[in-house]
Amino acid sequence: MHGLINRSIQCFLRDTWGQSLWLSVARDVRLGSDGFEAMLVYDPALTEAVIDAAAMRLNRPRDSLLEDLGTYLVSHPTLEPVRRLLRFGGTDFVDFLHSLEDLPERGRLAVPDLDLPALALVDGGDGRFTLTLRSQLKGTGHIAVGLLRAMADDYGALVLLDMPDPQGDADCVTIHLLDTRFAAGRRFDLGVRTG
Amino acid sequence: MSRACLPDTALARLMPMHVLLSAQGRVTGHGPTLSRLSQGKPLTGMDFFTAFDLRRPGGMVDMAGLIARAGERLHVTLRDLPDTVLRGLVVPLDAGQGALINLSFGIGIVDAVKIHALNDADFAPTDLAIEMLYLVEAKSAVMNELRDLNIRLQGAKVMAEEQAMTDTLTGLRNRRAFDLGLSRQITQGMPFALMHVDLDFFKAVNDTLGHAAGDHVLTEVARILTDETRLGDTVARVGGDEFVVLLPMITDPARLLHVANRIIDRLSRPIPWQDQTCRIAASIGMTLSGSYIRADPLRMLHDADTALYAAKRAGRGRAVLHQP
Repeated sequence: MHGLINRSIQCFLRDTWGQSLWLSVARDVRLGSDGFEAMLVYDPALTEAVIDAAAMRLNRPRDSLLEDLGTYLVSHPTLEPVRRLLRFGGTDFVDFLHSLEDLPERGRLAVPDLDLPALALVDGGDGRFTLTLRSQLKGTGHIAVGLLRAMADDYGALVLLDMPDPQGDADCVTIHLLDTRFAAGRRFDLGVRTG
Repeated sequence: MSRACLPDTALARLMPMHVLLSAQGRVTGHGPTLSRLSQGKPLTGMDFFTAFDLRRPGGMVDMAGLIARAGERLHVTLRDLPDTVLRGLVVPLDAGQGALINLSFGIGIVDAVKIHALNDADFAPTDLAIEMLYLVEAKSAVMNELRDLNIRLQGAKVMAEEQAMTDTLTGLRNRRAFDLGLSRQITQGMPFALMHVDLDFFKAVNDTLGHAAGDHVLTEVARILTDETRLGDTVARVGGDEFVVLLPMITDPARLLHVANRIIDRLSRPIPWQDQTCRIAASIGMTLSGSYIRADPLRMLHDADTALYAAKRAGRGRAVLHQP
């Protein structure tokens, strides 16, 4: 698993529960206290171990931890670049949903060895969508639920998200868009922080 | 002749930065993004060659000159915005009705987007401008990560190098560091002195009071050597109880002997260890780079060593200077 992904998990644990939790988790999985380097690639088993160790330490279900991770990825100031890069995908939430299929390609444009989940979106009409995710990481769908909820908020769209039991090796997330303009959403300036 | 006849709104969506010109070179219409660049100043009705500066290719000063360049890439600026260079393409309209120019941002798009607060709606959906901005931001984010990684690696490298050059027990430089310092000194061609310090009776301290006492004595010796030398001198521990000192810019034998005698004096004083007292002494062999036609590290170390043994033979607690 790419260091950027691992490092964002590390930042999530550190920013949400403090450095001491991160250090305990790092010890549990025999990782140095500096943790992950953003530009190296790690064994996927190590990523799983970090998530399991954190869930154990926090006494929280793995799924809800992953959902919080998804929300953190696009709402915490530390990772503002991630939110901005996702916002480049579309002018409104539907446009953004459709852009998700391009996400692995977009990621690879910037970081050629970035292994983002393969995403497929089916537009069922009437504001109903199904997003299918395939990834090395178990429970990626839960990350997607947290991320989509936060992005809907960002666009000012009202959505209902659900995750039926996974079929095979893919996670499915159903998205029901109730209103695309229920709130103003956050402003998105194309030209900020490009220096 | 022409099969496409577009309403202005369609033209505006397809080409948000187009300019329509009359046969006389007047602006008869333009895309909405150009309004943002002109900051509300109306362009319609203006003479195109007054409102715009046609930079490349040269010679486009009237409609005939402009239309002669149809199909070529043009470099154009608004006269009020000389720093925002646009690229463009001109095509003549049917039956001499004027011309259509389409403009776009070149590589300056990143700045233009910031300066003019442009958003998605200012670009045609077919334009890859947004993708380019995306890439610029993604690249910046990745570069930031790489920069942070480099800073961390640089810190680790400096620390590792420092450790590789340091004697762990005393914190003095080690043999490796000393050899490098000596070679550098010789390469620079500046005069210097070399001092080889050997402890007397150190083995007795180790044997009677134990290694902890021995380590304590070595640490004290390191402190004294550092005290008695200058900041720019290099003090290294090169063996169990052997030390070497490199003293740049020392040419005077009397001055060197004075430093050596002060060191010997300090080292012969008793060193307290717990409730015991450790007694050692020191002998010193020295040589000056000025004694050689061409200073050679091995030769100089050998001569300092020979002088040291002469000092030991003469009864210890002495400093002897190599005589060429």
